[in-house]
Amino acid sequence: MTSEFLLEMQGISKSFPGVQANKDINFNLRRGEVHALLGENGAGKTTLMKILFGLYKPDGGEIRLKGEKVEINSPEEAIRQGIGMVHQHFMLIPPFTVLENIILGAEPRKSLGRLDQAKAVKKINSLSQQLGLKVELDTKIENVTVGMQQRVEILKALYREAEVLILDEPTSVLTPQEAEDLGEIIRELAAGGKGVVFITHKLKEVMKFADRITVIRGGRVVDSVNSSETDIQTLAEMMVGRKVFLEMKKGPCRPGKVILQTKNLKVVDNRRLPAVKRVNLQVRAGEILAVAGVDGNGQSELIEALTGLRPVAGGQILLEGQEINYANPRRILEKGVGHIPEDRQKRGLVLDFSIQENLLLELYRTPQFCRAGFLRKEQSLTYAENLIEEFDIRTPGPGIKASSLSGGNQQKVIIAREIRRDPQLLIVAQPTRGLDVGAIEFVHKQLISARDLGKAILLFSLELDEILSLADRIVVIYEGEIVGNLAREEATEEKLGLMMTGGLLAEREAVNDG
Amino acid sequence: MGEDLKKDLFKDYGQKLFFPLVALFISLFAGGLLIAWLGENPYIAFRHLFQGALGSATNFGETLVYTTPLLLTGLSIALSFRCGLFNIGAEGQYIMGMMGAAWVGSIFTGLPAWLHIPLTMGAGILSGCLWGVVPGVFKAKYGAHEVILTIMMNYIALHFTGYLVNYILLAPPGYLPATRVINASAKLTRLLPPSRANTGFFVAIICLVMVYIFLWKTKWGFEIRAVGLNQEAARYAGINVTKNIVLAMALSGGLAGLAGALQVQGIQYRFNDLFAFTGYGFDGIAVSLLGNNHPAGIILSAFLFGSLNCGALQMQSVAGIPKDLIGIMQAVIVFFISADYLLRKKLEQPLGEEINVRRGSAGQEVAK
Repeated sequence: MTSEFLLEMQGISKSFPGVQANKDINFNLRRGEVHALLGENGAGKTTLMKILFGLYKPDGGEIRLKGEKVEINSPEEAIRQGIGMVHQHFMLIPPFTVLENIILGAEPRKSLGRLDQAKAVKKINSLSQQLGLKVELDTKIENVTVGMQQRVEILKALYREAEVLILDEPTSVLTPQEAEDLGEIIRELAAGGKGVVFITHKLKEVMKFADRITVIRGGRVVDSVNSSETDIQTLAEMMVGRKVFLEMKKGPCRPGKVILQTKNLKVVDNRRLPAVKRVNLQVRAGEILAVAGVDGNGQSELIEALTGLRPVAGGQILLEGQEINYANPRRILEKGVGHIPEDRQKRGLVLDFSIQENLLLELYRTPQFCRAGFLRKEQSLTYAENLIEEFDIRTPGPGIKASSLSGGNQQKVIIAREIRRDPQLLIVAQPTRGLDVGAIEFVHKQLISARDLGKAILLFSLELDEILSLADRIVVIYEGEIVGNLAREEATEEKLGLMMTGGLLAEREAVNDG
Repeated sequence: MGEDLKKDLFKDYGQKLFFPLVALFISLFAGGLLIAWLGENPYIAFRHLFQGALGSATNFGETLVYTTPLLLTGLSIALSFRCGLFNIGAEGQYIMGMMGAAWVGSIFTGLPAWLHIPLTMGAGILSGCLWGVVPGVFKAKYGAHEVILTIMMNYIALHFTGYLVNYILLAPPGYLPATRVINASAKLTRLLPPSRANTGFFVAIICLVMVYIFLWKTKWGFEIRAVGLNQEAARYAGINVTKNIVLAMALSGGLAGLAGALQVQGIQYRFNDLFAFTGYGFDGIAVSLLGNNHPAGIILSAFLFGSLNCGALQMQSVAGIPKDLIGIMQAVIVFFISADYLLRKKLEQPLGEEINVRRGSAGQEVAK
């Protein structure tokens, strides 16, 4: 007997010592459907999918595939049953080619164990044609974009004849354009009769991509709704469990004197190619200047130059009129520049340090916390405890390692550290990457209140939503150049999107050529 | 500070002691099997091993003799580890320390002991320091790999001192390839005669405490640990990574050099041509690993290795069981300690997951 559903999970429970990660969860998936699993970080979405993929054994409940009860004890079995998973962090081997990665572990064989490459290529080509997925099979993974790597992961699952495809936070690593493309692919997949489970905490995407949405909070299903019958505000409330303000309320901007200024700034990247070209910026006290742009258009190099981590190749950086071109990170920091780096785990925190040590990462050497070379224990502890309280960092205590905090709380540690140093300029990069709604709200509030206290804020973000809700002024960076400078009122998503992909530039050139 | 120090020093040590102890018992068991396989009685072997190490005041003193250099080389390697460096060069730094001390200990005459002893130690420290700074600079400035560099420095130290002792500093009349005996004013006081135990042991213990305070209570130690755990983040926070790498290598080298100096001042009184590596520097790696790269752990692991090495001598001479067996047992310990790292990694994974989930739900509770 065939069932209406491709996949049914009924009454799934799973607990870890001391925690109920999943409680009596029902989840089902139809053929040709995109079903989003929505919830904050730690709500239990990934646990549920790991159970489906055979990585965890559930304590109770049952799984049915096409109406038949199955038991899945390992990823190998899951794959054999037609379940494919694209993990948040890709499982690819960088020096191998696209083809090699797709067939890895499922290589078609000829006699004597030889690899039947022709057969593999044929199969992959027909798959990618069906979906309109373009991949270059002979390119090495290390040389393709992140978006392409994700396609390879999807193809890998399809190559193994997956009917249920689980995508774990698939857009978290993609640019807006790549996310659009992924949407297309997902729709194609569904149209072709596959079932797609889409794990995410981003509300907009859910509305755009999913047919049906199941919201999970604290390990339980809150509700399952059709995306046509709900809206973002409702979903956000279901997900967080309280009213959230998606639009930040902020007062009018009262810009003061110029704090940061760059004049014809040039910076080169690691290959010594120009990454930032003749950039002129001005950030005033009490305003948020946002730099919009697709990832890899010189933002990282610009940030590194401003913070003293990368040498300046030409032009000038002025902080309150004083040149700081050749200053090292410590001097810039001491001149009152705070920095929330784009990669919090790599640059923002020492993960194996305690929260207290991380909060003092820039202050341990000041007289307040250090006398004659010895760290002052009492002062440090009090300071850390105050910050934990003030910034609502959820931790059992200041001695806990930063690595055991959730992403949102890790970001709070960094924000607390930087804002509390009372800098006049705050350079902020991707402050909400990977955070859930509640944490995003918190971060945005903090940034706005810093602005209202008269700090100059330079915000780099890949998320247009974020830029539009925070910025007072917006500049667009494209291939290392500032291609647009707009007041917040003039900016729209479409306008910015066009500028970010070099649209205006092309127009201008066309005019010049004509 | 005293109370706090003690509390921190032994904080959750019970838990950290578990795996090393298991490793120790497994290796003792493996050693016993091996002895039985050789046709000897494991009970007798272990009795002699134990007696040889701790059976009498003299034997205990000799155990301290073997423990002292391991304390310092272990500490040297732990310090470099804490800065994210793997100083394989403790061996060479130890050798240079011996040579430096033998030279300064013998050329000055008529100095009072209170001056000559620290001067001689200082010479050992400086020589080791130099041998650590050179690879440190190349690592920090040019990104050369410190493991390769320090291995090379070991060979240079071995053969350079061989040259010095045979041609430049050879003690007349020259029958023995050794330097002159150091002056009495540079010698350390013996503690438990007839054993060779000497006050050098206390010097090592003082260093242990000082390194602990340095790493965990001062801003310089904070910087070194930050660099060791995350160079990128340290640089962001305005910490000078280059400086700290060089500093860590200098201190690491200095500690190994001091181990060499104490060996000369307390035991040998001169530098004998080595012909081959002494092994104290390399054993220091095992001591540091077994001691979890922490001063408190290093006391225990150095004492364990010292006891095994010392007891092995009696086991060989009285029970007739080759002392190389002890080398095998030490290798087994190290093997299991490394396995423990893998095991712990495995155990930690689902645990990390659990913590995240708990945070998430707790967060919502409060949010409501």
